[in-house]
Amino acid sequence: MRHLYPVGRLGFMAPPSKAIEAGASVSLELRVNGEPHAVSVPVHKTLLEVLREDIGLTGTKHGCELGECGTCTVLVDGQPVLSCLALPATLEGHDVTTVEGLESADGLHPLQQTFVELGAAQCGYCTPGFVLAAKALLDDNPQPSRADIETALGGNLCRCTGYLKIYEAVELAAARMRGEPGEPTREMLYGAG
Amino acid sequence: MDRIEGLAKLTGAERYVDDLPLDGMLWGMTVRSPAPRGRVTGVHFGSGVDWSEFVVVDHHDIPGDNTVLLIETDQPLLAGEYVRHAEEPIALVAHRSREMVRRAIREIEVTIDPDPPIFDFTAEPTQDQIQHGSDNALKRIDITKGDVDAALVRAARVVEGEYRTGSQEHVYLENQGMIAWEEDGVLVIKGSLQCPFYVLKAAVRALGRDSDHVRIVQTPTGGGFGGKEEYPSMIALHAALLALKAEQPVRIIYDRGEDMRATTKRHPSLVRHRTGVDGDGRLVAQDIDVALDGGAYVTLSPVVLSRGVIHAAGPYACDNVRIRGRAMLTNSPPHGAFRGFGAPQTHFANERHMDVIAATIGIDPDEFRRRNLIVDGQTTATGQRITDGTDRVALLDHALELSSYHERQDKHRSLNASHPYLRRGIGLAAFHHGAGFTGSGEVMLASELHLAGLPDGRIEVLSANIEMGQGTLTVFTKLVCDRLGLRPEHVVIADADTGRVPDSGPTVASRTTMVVGRLVDDSDTGDRVTQAIIDWHVERDEPLVGHAKYEPPPGIEWDETTYTGDAYATYGWATYVAEVEVDLRTYTARVTDFVAVQDVGTVLHETLARGQIQGGVVQAIGWALTEECAWSNGVMQNNQLTNYIIPTSDDVPPIRVSFVENPFAHGPHGAKGLGELPMDGPAPAIANAVARAIDADPRAIPLTPEHLMDLLSNGR
Ligand code: FES
Ligand code: FES
Repeated sequence: MRHLYPVGRLGFMAPPSKAIEAGASVSLELRVNGEPHAVSVPVHKTLLEVLREDIGLTGTKHGCELGECGTCTVLVDGQPVLSCLALPATLEGHDVTTVEGLESADGLHPLQQTFVELGAAQCGYCTPGFVLAAKALLDDNPQPSRADIETALGGNLCRCTGYLKIYEAVELAAARMRGEPGEPTREMLYGAG
Repeated sequence: MDRIEGLAKLTGAERYVDDLPLDGMLWGMTVRSPAPRGRVTGVHFGSGVDWSEFVVVDHHDIPGDNTVLLIETDQPLLAGEYVRHAEEPIALVAHRSREMVRRAIREIEVTIDPDPPIFDFTAEPTQDQIQHGSDNALKRIDITKGDVDAALVRAARVVEGEYRTGSQEHVYLENQGMIAWEEDGVLVIKGSLQCPFYVLKAAVRALGRDSDHVRIVQTPTGGGFGGKEEYPSMIALHAALLALKAEQPVRIIYDRGEDMRATTKRHPSLVRHRTGVDGDGRLVAQDIDVALDGGAYVTLSPVVLSRGVIHAAGPYACDNVRIRGRAMLTNSPPHGAFRGFGAPQTHFANERHMDVIAATIGIDPDEFRRRNLIVDGQTTATGQRITDGTDRVALLDHALELSSYHERQDKHRSLNASHPYLRRGIGLAAFHHGAGFTGSGEVMLASELHLAGLPDGRIEVLSANIEMGQGTLTVFTKLVCDRLGLRPEHVVIADADTGRVPDSGPTVASRTTMVVGRLVDDSDTGDRVTQAIIDWHVERDEPLVGHAKYEPPPGIEWDETTYTGDAYATYGWATYVAEVEVDLRTYTARVTDFVAVQDVGTVLHETLARGQIQGGVVQAIGWALTEECAWSNGVMQNNQLTNYIIPTSDDVPPIRVSFVENPFAHGPHGAKGLGELPMDGPAPAIANAVARAIDADPRAIPLTPEHLMDLLSNGR
């Protein structure tokens, strides 16, 4: 049976910094992947739409725009949030991270590497959401159990992989981030049996 | 070797169709029928928006024939006078703002003078419900082997059973979408699709243009599973009609609700079995009746039915087989291609029935199968002699061993006798899946593939086959590298763009690796290209192109009129075992362990292959336990991801995948198709396990809590 979305995923509830009229356009400064972006958008436009249409960051995908699939997950101050339910007007002064911001000066994030190595991205459409939800988990808990991973990713749907390779990619990335042996085991590559 | 396109999917660099905005692009939306059947009496435009801002298209704007060409031409591109299913497209609207176009759609009212619809594909239609031929049958196929009637009379026991499966929504995570524009007199259509040449052929017919003036380009496709086989032609042509009228680029991106309500799903089925067995528990007669719900138009139902009936008798040897199949018209949106293509439905019935027979005659289900599985030299229902050297009984035994089948049964017995509310059971299914197109399909397709040298010395592979997550790009690259002794960075796979690539056939039927991969590996091309690469570096002045064309494996004979002969060039064979746990407090069933053993020939890329099997198994778990379309008056009511329940991370058991590699002489390096096989076996294995767990006799899926509650109170 399906999980409830982990607490906090449903949107970002901080009150807006200034009073806003319904239907009005607002000028905002959003900090996305460490860069400031000035946008002027209708107040009801979602973070998903603003990221994709106004800021041009199309790496964030959408599978329902109703808060049901987790595909649009981004991080706000390091916590996973469904961007299709979040309003930018509530996000000034907060840090938004999208899949485009995962790579750092040191190169790819270990999750990006392990998802490729273990074939955890098939069609890839759900992948940005999974990787960001997984990053939030690993930042918080460097040694998650399989159950921790299942819970943390329980709000993300994938129709291609059957989830198992995604878990293994998260486990392998966690191991590498802890400085443990970074080679995938045979079991991770091919499954048990 | 890692996935070729892997990294772009991890950095957000991969551009799917909705990620490709163009200057001045309009949003297009579809006006749909509110009723399942009737005459269109009016399309009324309300006064809530300024219509001069919108581009509106109806069937009068279609330059060519008003049809979405596929096997037949009965499905209109935009219904004119008459509708045959709810949600049928009637008109199109476009505007620069998505919000405005949504508002406009709400302003449009379509009125219909209703005629009596039919929704039950198993019922005899009344005279006024007949809409196709004399009896609403979109297609009938019969298979006959031996003399079933006589054998049934002689049989020691005759066991009957009736089995049903429901429709299933694909739920590719990326909804359907297309963009279209005109560029120097050429209409360009890009989008999420599996078969660029299907769209091209449909475009030529409906738009009245020759194929030099239309280009179809596949964008990275966020999952397909068959759902992007035929329906994308509809959306592509809609976007094209709007773009031509607006003289501006147009995009149509369905939202989840529209996608689930309007596009195709798996065919619901009703299969009846009457089976004769002799005193030793051997099959002597299989009398099988297969009915599929085709929906309102022919679309792909004839071929889905074909694959369904060919697989209906399972991987068993029986001298007397009669299979009668029909796909029936109903006033539901057309059902369509979905991973497995009719075989999951008939395998569900047959494998559940095998357990029912075994119980009736008092033999263990595994032993009953062992006695009847085809051994080399025996023939299938169509009379195809199997001589591939695969030991199907060993495959079954391997699956039993990996799953500790017998030990677990003992454990379940004691748990079920003592536990207050948990019941466990284990079930199996043995099955097969024909790889590639049926019969002479591959010969008629005459797939072609080109390899070309690029000015920088790299080799480009030109094929119409697409990547939708299953790994086509990686497998093709690997084959070229192996064949030509190149490294992956020296190989480029061209975009599937009908303006550039030859027709190598659609990306369906588990055929891409086996058939087209074989062309990549084709020796003649390979040698020519290898030589040419050497020449290339010696004197770089001549363009380099190698061709390959599909040649059928020798000795394949198929008679389309009698449905006899070699239905497929080869088959994948498998036995799957599922363990389930039923909670008597909540009436929920959960899969707790899964073993998938199969022979798909040589495995070309183990990570990709296992990923395909695991993904397919999980999709089938959904079909077996939770995925149910709630229909009312021909409209899917639960068209959201909160009430149409696909498996989440919580529903996934450990899945142990084992490949028994028996190379297929005519596949690349011995590979056979594998993408659809994992959809066939899980549902019957799970239903058989549930039957054991709660000592009941399920005859239909999905086994939702409601259905389990019925089973627990009535046993049936
Ligand atoms: S698009 Fe946001 S949850 Fe589905
Ligand atoms: S990889 Fe396709 S939906 Fe997850």
